[in-house]
Amino acid sequence: MSLTILNALVAVVAAIAFAALNAAYLVWAERRGAGRIQRRPGPNVNGPLGLLQPPCDGVKLMAKQLMIPGGADKALFMVAPVLAMAPAIMSFVTIPFSDTIVAHSMNIGVLMIFAFASLGGMAILFAGWGSRNKYGVMASVRAVSQNISYEVPMLITVITVVMMTGTMDLKGLVAAQAGGFWNWNLMPSLSSPLMPVSFLIFFICALAETNRAPFDLGEAESELVAGFHTEYGSMGFGLFFMGEYANIVIGASLITILFLGGWDCPLGLFPGVWWFLFKIYVLIFSFIWIRWTFPRTTIYGLLNLSWKILIPISLFNLLLTAGLLKVF
Amino acid sequence: MSGPIHIRSDETFTLNVGPQHPATHGVLRVKMEMDGEYIVKAETVLGYIHRMHELMGENRTYPQVLPNLSRLDYLGALGYTHGHVLAVERAAGIEVPERAEYIRAITVELNRIASHLFWFGAFVMDLGGFTPLMYAIEDREHILDLLEAVTGSRLTYCYYRFGGLYNDVDDDFIAATKAVIPRLRKSLKKYDALVTGNIIFEKRLKDIGPISAEMCRKYGATGPVARGSGIDFDVRKNEPYSVYPEFDFDVPVYHECDSLARYKVRMDEMEQSLRIIEQGIEKLPDGPIMPKKKPKLIKPPKGDYYQAVETARGSFGIRIVSDGTKNAYRFKLRSPTYSNMHMFDEACVGMMIMDALAMMGSLDLVIPEIDR
Repeated sequence: MSLTILNALVAVVAAIAFAALNAAYLVWAERRGAGRIQRRPGPNVNGPLGLLQPPCDGVKLMAKQLMIPGGADKALFMVAPVLAMAPAIMSFVTIPFSDTIVAHSMNIGVLMIFAFASLGGMAILFAGWGSRNKYGVMASVRAVSQNISYEVPMLITVITVVMMTGTMDLKGLVAAQAGGFWNWNLMPSLSSPLMPVSFLIFFICALAETNRAPFDLGEAESELVAGFHTEYGSMGFGLFFMGEYANIVIGASLITILFLGGWDCPLGLFPGVWWFLFKIYVLIFSFIWIRWTFPRTTIYGLLNLSWKILIPISLFNLLLTAGLLKVF
Repeated sequence: MSGPIHIRSDETFTLNVGPQHPATHGVLRVKMEMDGEYIVKAETVLGYIHRMHELMGENRTYPQVLPNLSRLDYLGALGYTHGHVLAVERAAGIEVPERAEYIRAITVELNRIASHLFWFGAFVMDLGGFTPLMYAIEDREHILDLLEAVTGSRLTYCYYRFGGLYNDVDDDFIAATKAVIPRLRKSLKKYDALVTGNIIFEKRLKDIGPISAEMCRKYGATGPVARGSGIDFDVRKNEPYSVYPEFDFDVPVYHECDSLARYKVRMDEMEQSLRIIEQGIEKLPDGPIMPKKKPKLIKPPKGDYYQAVETARGSFGIRIVSDGTKNAYRFKLRSPTYSNMHMFDEACVGMMIMDALAMMGSLDLVIPEIDR
């Protein structure tokens, strides 16, 4: 009994440490990457390659006073940043990094991650509403409508994948794709010829769900100042920031597990945790790349994309897959 | 916040955009009456950076006012000082050597490109794309280096004098300018490939932010804003001044009246400015840069004088009413952005806030020039 508790504790601490480390160092990676793309150095003063920048930022944010604007709903205002960070860390518990490295394996892992992911929308809503700022309210309304409309095609795509593999267990999903890249869900198969399209839809939805550019309408700084976190300073802002990056890692991990074969090697040799990490960081880099390349979409363009294009295509794909699964 | 909140379906709220807001690029304030994301009514409020340049023009001598003119529009300062020296030269009847006029034209066009490059970056940043700004600033840097070499400053130039120039350009400047032209041509092509063809970019600007030709005439809009609405008016062509009649260049006009048209006008204008610079360098005559005969004290004869020039933002006019003394009796500036911006109140009604702010970006506002 005590061993299980110890195990659980180690798992939770490891999940939090991984999430926090990633959140801190992805900020550094993003800033360095942006620097490369924009032909400037980026942070390079603190430590070699600016590697000590994240701890410095952290200390600065923690040392600042937490300001609560007058007339704000104190409870919601304080809860929102925690609510942004906590579900992201919770989701890490179920993600399998390899055959053996997983904090808690569940047979409904996919479902759990999506359940926690929808809590992120709540955090944004609380933050915008609680800070009693017109820009904040407008931004949170945008972000929530965006989250709702992109969860639909995302989940339809997941249903397609689950139908093909017949399991909702994340480990089982990877096991079903083992043995080389031709077995991955990314590749078109007889029963689901439109799988690359599903991958694309899922990728776009992951971008939109994490409020990343070009879908960062909740924090469109040229219109809504800083969006839902306009009134947040110090660590409140820091938690939102870390939550965003933790969510990016979750999104990249999910894409890797659902479509790219998890820890499976492209050629079927030496599967292991390094392949998993390699794949998620390639995906994260592509997120960063997209952010610094494209301008922002409009809110109606975004919703039109979801309801008029992504949802019909993913529904068609679902029906096609369901029919073909019966045939083959 | 206690008690229930009653929300009526027809309720609007006031959104204060500015005076400190990332989209207004300065201290412009727009009071917006919002219905959700839609703008019901907008009212621009000015005066946050008013410095009384016109009054200063009335209680100082003409040369003393000259540096003030470059504080109007910090991005295209040479165009404004050009207007001032031309107006005073016309009033006082000062002859300008040809070489000086050619150098003026070259430097003004270089400054126009620098201004448009910065606008390009800032405009794409308004739309949420950061990277083009860095690229544009890097190109602008080369132009600023050129201008720094001849004028001595990088932003608020005071290079022109009544009758000529502060100093002559050397062969280094000519060679460096010649080297910069192909570089800029390449960059412009790159921007076209990177930004203009982008699907998100196009979707955000095409058919959005309509400003009709009638509206332009009603508010007196000029420059790229009017040319994006199909009005073929460029002071350099229609009321030629300086040596512009000597140059062969086109005035880009688009008839779409949307934000994309205004964007394209400015991108094409940079190309035309490069053509003017090329011809200017080729035709640059030798000779003095200041006239032999020049009055020690500038005292224009009694009268009413007006000179318009085409700056990066549109038609900039200076009216000088002289009573024969060393100070102007009345010194009136007609700044293009002031007229261009006032269309915003009418044009943005019914638009969503993000489209309205994209349109505001396409107007190319420089706030100190509106407030003067």
